[in-house]
Formats: sequence, structure tokens, C-alpha cells
Amino acid sequence: MNRPPKKFLSPGHNACAGCGQLVAVQAVMRGLDEDTIIANATGCLEVTTTAYPQSAWGLPWIHSLFENAASVASGIKAALKQKKDGKTKVLVQGGDGGTYDIGLGLISGMWERGENILYVCYDTEAYSNTGIQASGATPYGASTTTTPKGSESIGSTQAKKDMLAIALAHGLKYAAQSTAGYPDDITNKVKRALDVDGPSYLQILSPCIPGWQINNDEAVFMGKLAVETALYPLLEYKDGILNASSITGSFRAKPVAEYLKKQGRFKNLSEEDLKHIQSLADANLKRYRL
Amino acid sequence: MPKNEKQILEGSRAIALTIKNIGPAVVSAYPITPQTHIVEDLAEFKADGRSGFEYVRAESEFAAASIILGASATGVRVYSATSSQGLLLMTEVVHNIAGLRLPVVMTCANRAISSPINIWNDHSDVITVRDAGWIQLFAANHQEAVNQHVLAYKLAEKLRLPVMINVDGFILTHSYEPVVIPGREKIRKYLPAYRPSAGSYLDPKNPVTLGAFFTPQDYMETREQLHHDLVASLPMIKNEYQAWKKIFHPSDDEASGPKTPGRMNIDNGLISYYGPQKPDTVVIALGSVIGTIRSALRDNPRIGVLKIKVYRPFPAAEIATCLQNAKNVAIIEKAVSLGQAGPLYTDIAAGLTEVETGSLSKYNKRLNLKNYIVGLGGRDVTEKMIIEIAKDVPKKNHYLKFIGQI
Repeated sequence: MNRPPKKFLSPGHNACAGCGQLVAVQAVMRGLDEDTIIANATGCLEVTTTAYPQSAWGLPWIHSLFENAASVASGIKAALKQKKDGKTKVLVQGGDGGTYDIGLGLISGMWERGENILYVCYDTEAYSNTGIQASGATPYGASTTTTPKGSESIGSTQAKKDMLAIALAHGLKYAAQSTAGYPDDITNKVKRALDVDGPSYLQILSPCIPGWQINNDEAVFMGKLAVETALYPLLEYKDGILNASSITGSFRAKPVAEYLKKQGRFKNLSEEDLKHIQSLADANLKRYRL
Repeated sequence: MPKNEKQILEGSRAIALTIKNIGPAVVSAYPITPQTHIVEDLAEFKADGRSGFEYVRAESEFAAASIILGASATGVRVYSATSSQGLLLMTEVVHNIAGLRLPVVMTCANRAISSPINIWNDHSDVITVRDAGWIQLFAANHQEAVNQHVLAYKLAEKLRLPVMINVDGFILTHSYEPVVIPGREKIRKYLPAYRPSAGSYLDPKNPVTLGAFFTPQDYMETREQLHHDLVASLPMIKNEYQAWKKIFHPSDDEASGPKTPGRMNIDNGLISYYGPQKPDTVVIALGSVIGTIRSALRDNPRIGVLKIKVYRPFPAAEIATCLQNAKNVAIIEKAVSLGQAGPLYTDIAAGLTEVETGSLSKYNKRLNLKNYIVGLGGRDVTEKMIIEIAKDVPKKNHYLKFIGQI
């Protein structure tokens, strides 16, 4: 594993024990150098790392609002340009709520402007910070506090929004997907994203202990299973073309039930629901095979 | 163009030329009538190579405000302009900018708010953010708008407080008046290059955390501090106004003219008063309607006219001083706090409370305080209306009237 040159995110934050997002964040930090400014959306990451008067951040860091981190980053970039600072990189961090839903328009604006900014989405597949409500990233069948399972409901019946495709539709030179199960993959993707001149997007599946109703030693394990079942493959697009994928010639996917049955949020699924989710993984096998 | 020469300019052009000479590093905006001419002019200056700022095209006002927030947090001078629905869409960011103590400067071309949709002037837009923690300036004419933009940057950068300059949509933004645009050198004498202190902005050499999470243990004190800093800026606004006047002479206010016996002239940056020392009636207003009011009442020796130039922080003591010998007060305003009264009226009523004791002051008990709502959605405010209002004030049968036509 790569060693961090400096502590960009100190231990001692208030995230849940075993938090998958914090594993992912530390992996992102290992891909950065100290000439980086971070714009952070409202969410677990901001709440758990900056309870005043303490801050876990060793990099210049700003949090403004839930939905505007991308625009704040554009402003930072414009100011750096005026200062003739071509060295300092700008990173945006948001959760899936801030990315797929409330901040989507502003992210689109940032991408349209073509600024050299890396946007990282920590995808917990729900609004974790406010108590696990469903977002546009919530997958079919997941029980959340706004799509609860019940006698008449299996949980969410909407499909997960394809955010990576939305990113690619903006003509991004670099767009990738990873999971907290593969920290080195995250670090390497951050480095490659920063090598690109232009906007880049990295989406990281970040298992949420209370949200997914898993044990606090299972976040990394779940991140691996998501890849192994092909529900959330490791992907990398360069110039709009699939350049790397965890689904290669020799890849044999595990059944999705292995992943789903370990999570409390999927406890209500029927055989038919399992079949439907298996079909989503099967479609990924075709779509993302390299 | 020779220095200090008057030009006949559209209000928006005058503001844009002033901003060009102030030289922000980052400009971001989104189109909305009647603010558009300002940002179109700035885009033109950039396209012609006359201005070197970054012009970041935003996909909404919400983004524009967030972009200048991010740039300001990175330690550079910023500018935006908006109006009406645009300001309302920005609301969350407007509050956030003040809480982050960023020296953002923005023009609001005041316009009515929807529904019903209406693009013409009133003050309903800015009233929705009056409590956000910004210094709120109101210009009555082109020259005052120009001067207030220069003043705004000085105040913002000295106090680390955002400043909004309010100019009446169309009435000021689209009309032509003789105006003097201060040159770069003159501005530079008053407004030095912006150099924020290390540790107050985003910089890899000095990593700071901005916008941290505050629990009940600390939140209240930061809000209290913001309030106190706003209130404490009142004397500084007066000083800075005078300092700018020493450098840049063109008068923007009738009350700054020569004094005449028995009349009182006050022009101090917060308010201006022009009228008798012991008036029967004082008429109070914000913005360009003050021109109509002064013109309508100029021949009445018993009436004084009070213009509020700084609406937040609220210059209550200055207003009270002007009202100490008055019998009647007519507060004429282009906004209404629906379900209450005009916001300026309620502010003045509250402002006349004795600061030390919290009890109703001697003014309040004696004064006949009347509120007239005019000009909503761009309805013309005529001199005839003003004359009728002046006649109506002493009547005791009401406190609030909407004057749509007379």
C-alpha cells in the first residue's frame, strides 16, 4: 500500500467505527500531494472531520453548502488562474445525495466549463448523514428510511441512476469507478485523474455500516463483494473509452445473493427480486467486459 | 476621457465601468432582467481585453454566487450582479457568504418577485435577504451607485463582511444620467490592492479549514459576533464615505450642498437629510424614489426628506436624530412584509425604541408614524402621489396604506 507523505486527513474524526467512506477518503488522500485545495459538500465527511474547534484536515479545505461544492471549486480554480498558480490542484468531495441529486445541476455546469477539477463521489447509496434516506444512487430493493421495507413494500423500487454515464455524456477525459474494497485502486485512479488536463470524475462505492446494516468490520469486504458480483465493477474511462475494468476475459462473477444476503437493507427481497438484481449484474458483465 | 468629466451613461454601464476600474479578479453571473446590462458590459470588457478578470459563466444564480464564494475564499476580489428571482435562488449562498465572513460584493438590480411574474422595479427581492448578514447599500442615482460600489469594496475588505449595492431596476439600470466614473488611479488611492492575511483564505502554504461544523456550544457566539461586527461598522461606513468624498468630489446627494439658515443638511454615508430643522413631517424612503419625493416636496418649507443609504446595519440612531423635532413621519416604501407592514416602517418603529432601556422612546410616543406602500411591480410613483401622501400623513385613522394611483 502507498504510504501517505503527510497526514492530509488525521485520525480522530467522529465517523462510525469501520466506516467505508473514511477508508475511501484515506485512499484518495494517498493519491494527492500537498498542493491541493479541497471543496467539500455537506455530509458525513464534513460533519465527522470538522467539529469546531477541531479539524482533521491537513490540506486547505472549505465547506460551503450541500449542493454547491462543484461551483465553489470552479471559483477556487478561477482564483488560482488569476494568481497564475498552475500547480495547485482542486478536489471536490461529495456524497451520493450531493452528487446524484441536489448538486447535479452544478456539477454539470462545472463539467461544461471544462475546468481541471477532480470530483470524487463517495457513494453510500443513500443519504447517510441525515439517517439513510433514499437517493438517486439507492439501488433497487434497498430498504431506506424513506423507502422502508414493509408488508406492502420491498424497499426502493427505483433503479440506481447511472451517474458514470452522465459524467461521460459531458465528454470527460477521465471518469472512473471504484469501491472501498480496493484502496490502492482508488489511490491509483486519483493519480491518473489528476494527470488529465480537464474535469475528471471518480465514483467510489463506500459501504455505510448503519445504512447497509452490516457489521463494522465488513465495509471493505462489502466493497470487494460488490466488485466480485459485478454489481459495482472497477471501471476506468479515458477519453470516453473503457480503458480498465474488473470484468475481463477470465472474470467469473459470484451470485449477487452472496452480496445482498449479508446486508440488512436487502432482507426483504423475494426470489423474483433477486433474479431482477442478478439480471442487472449480468447486464454489467456484457456492458463493461474489457 | 479626461479625469472627472461627466458622461451621459446608462446606469448599468456606469456600474460596469466602475467595476472595471476597481478590478475584481473573478466575476461570475447569470442573466436576469434588469441586471443583464451590467454583466454584458463586463463580458464585453473582458472580450476586448480591457479587463483581465476571470469571467466564469454560471448555469444558475445559485452557481454564480457559489463561484464567487469559492474565489473569495481563495483570497481574491470578486463581483457578481443579480436581481429578483436570481437573488432568491441565491438565498442559501447569500447567507453562507456572510457566515464565512467573505468580502463579496454584489449588485442587486431591484425587481419585484413572482408570483405574479413581473420584471419591473420594487424592493421585494432584497428585503428577503436583509437579515443575512450583509451590509446593504441603496443608491438613489447613478453617481451614488458608482460611489457606493467603490465604498462597498473598501468596507467588505476592511470588515470581512459582504456588501450588496441596491439599484432600482430599470429606473437606475436602464436610464441615462450625467455621471463621473472614477479612474483606476483615484480608486487605487482609496482602495489598495486586496491582500488578505495569511490563514484567512485557502492556500496550500497555509492550510486552513473554512466552513467547519459548529455545535450548540460554539454556533451562537459566531452569530452574535457577526451581528456585533455589522452594528459596529456604522461609524466606519461614515468615515469611509467621507474619506472617499475627499478623493472623489462629484456630489451624489442634494443634502451635501450648501447650508441655508433654518434648514438642516446631513449627508454622512448612512443617511442624508434635507429639510427644516423643526419639520412638521419627515418623509423617509430608500433608493431612487427619493428623487421624486424631493422634487415633489421641494417648495414645502415644513417637510424634510430623509434618505436611508445603508439599510443594514440599520442606522437607527441617525434616523432618530432627524426625527427628534418632527410631528409626523411618512415612510414610503416599495416592499411589504406580507401580513405585517412595510419592512422599513417596522424597522424604524423598532429603531425608535430607547436603546438603553428597551422602552418606547419619547419620539415613539409623540410621533405620528405612517406607512405608505408604493410602486410595487414597477407602478409609477408620481409627484402628485407624494404630495397627496404628505397631506394624508397627519390623519389619524390608519397606519398603512397602499398608494397605487391618485
